[in-house]
Amino acid sequence: MLACFAGTTVWAVELNVFAAASLTDALKEIGGAYEKQSGDKISFNLGASSLLARQIEEGAPADIFFSADEAKMNGLAAKGLISDATRKSLLSNSLVIVTSSDSDLRITSPADLAGAKVRRIALADPKAVPAGIYSKTFLEQEKLWPAVESRVVPVDNVRAALAAVESGNIEVGIVFKTDAAISKKVKIAYEVPSQSGPKISYPLAVLKQSRHAESASAFVKYLGSGDAAKVFDKYGFIVLK
Amino acid sequence: MTGAEWQLLWFTAWVSAISTILILPFGLATAWLLARHDWPGKSLVETLVSLPLVMPPVATGLILLKVLGERGAVGGFFYRHFNVDIAFTWRGVLIALAVMSFPLLVRSTRVAFEQVNPRLEQIARTLGASNSRVFWTITLPLASHGVIGGMLLAFARALGEFGATIMVAGYITGKTATLSTEIYHSFNNGEDAHAYRLLGLSVALAFLAVWSSEWFMRRRTSAR
Repeated sequence: MLACFAGTTVWAVELNVFAAASLTDALKEIGGAYEKQSGDKISFNLGASSLLARQIEEGAPADIFFSADEAKMNGLAAKGLISDATRKSLLSNSLVIVTSSDSDLRITSPADLAGAKVRRIALADPKAVPAGIYSKTFLEQEKLWPAVESRVVPVDNVRAALAAVESGNIEVGIVFKTDAAISKKVKIAYEVPSQSGPKISYPLAVLKQSRHAESASAFVKYLGSGDAAKVFDKYGFIVLK
Repeated sequence: MTGAEWQLLWFTAWVSAISTILILPFGLATAWLLARHDWPGKSLVETLVSLPLVMPPVATGLILLKVLGERGAVGGFFYRHFNVDIAFTWRGVLIALAVMSFPLLVRSTRVAFEQVNPRLEQIARTLGASNSRVFWTITLPLASHGVIGGMLLAFARALGEFGATIMVAGYITGKTATLSTEIYHSFNNGEDAHAYRLLGLSVALAFLAVWSSEWFMRRRTSAR
């Protein structure tokens, strides 16, 4: 028994990380690397931050929440569900308008979205999903929302919007730059400059309900480390200082 | 209940009703063939017809999306030649509901046809009635309660359809949102009161539809 305690101080632990869909590829890579060095197991529940927050509110067994906007984290904080000391805003991103790679639709500016050629626009549900909310904010800033609102097809999350455009079912969509980067079947028609677009922020925190608060904090710390930053950067995320 | 909620209920009800009416001729024909005829490959037809009942609805929905989407065989045809969209419109909802409730209609009406005494049909034929006349004046009237029961069951199934609908038509408020997809989305968006009101409506509707379906199917026209 003494020998056990003399070695590693914690048994291998399984952490449930609820994270925004746009973080899928980067987190899977970072999680894999962390598993090797820590011995802990990282399980991901990836989807729309709004859906994940809702599941956490209903008692889903999450240890860490990594959201694509501050609002969802604020909602959980207001209900006293997060460990406020562990909260930090880690990443930023930018929006892009995408069409499928073989499309001959020409979009050179956001105003083209209101043009006659565009019948439908795929957005992660602008009522609740961060990517959709950012897109709607951007379109409102450009005074285009009233014109394009009726063409919007709301989908479950930003990767669903990407998939809709990839499959050709919907001819144009707005996703994060990092989502467009991992897809070979879409092309970026217009990139929203980060200065003029909505302020995008990805906060993360350990949840109060976590039964592995120490291990969770360790992983959160790793996510903020230089090794993780390299991976996030590789996928195109902006790592906040 | 808000105006938007009544509108949602109305849309769900009418698209379910239209889908039931749409599948009726095909359902009756299929049920009659399965009830009264035998042919090599009959079991294959029976299996294919029952597939949407057993397959995960989202899987059926995925097949429909591939076929009815803008790049699909059917969807592409309608888009290129008539400029009509099917996927992500009420037409997609209609087809999803029709496909998902078809097996239930066929199963119920097949049982109803099988319960009609074949001797009565044979007697009619010996008296000179054509097959079609036998069907419309003997078989169908005697099976009518089972047929209505089957229609109500198919209607109830269409009302509650989710998986295929969400794949083919998505969730577009006011255009393709149905009772079930709206419950899912509004709950996830934290609109609990709205979701619970719709939940109550769903239970009431389903109860009514199934209860009346059972009532019809229990009553058999006596044939002496």
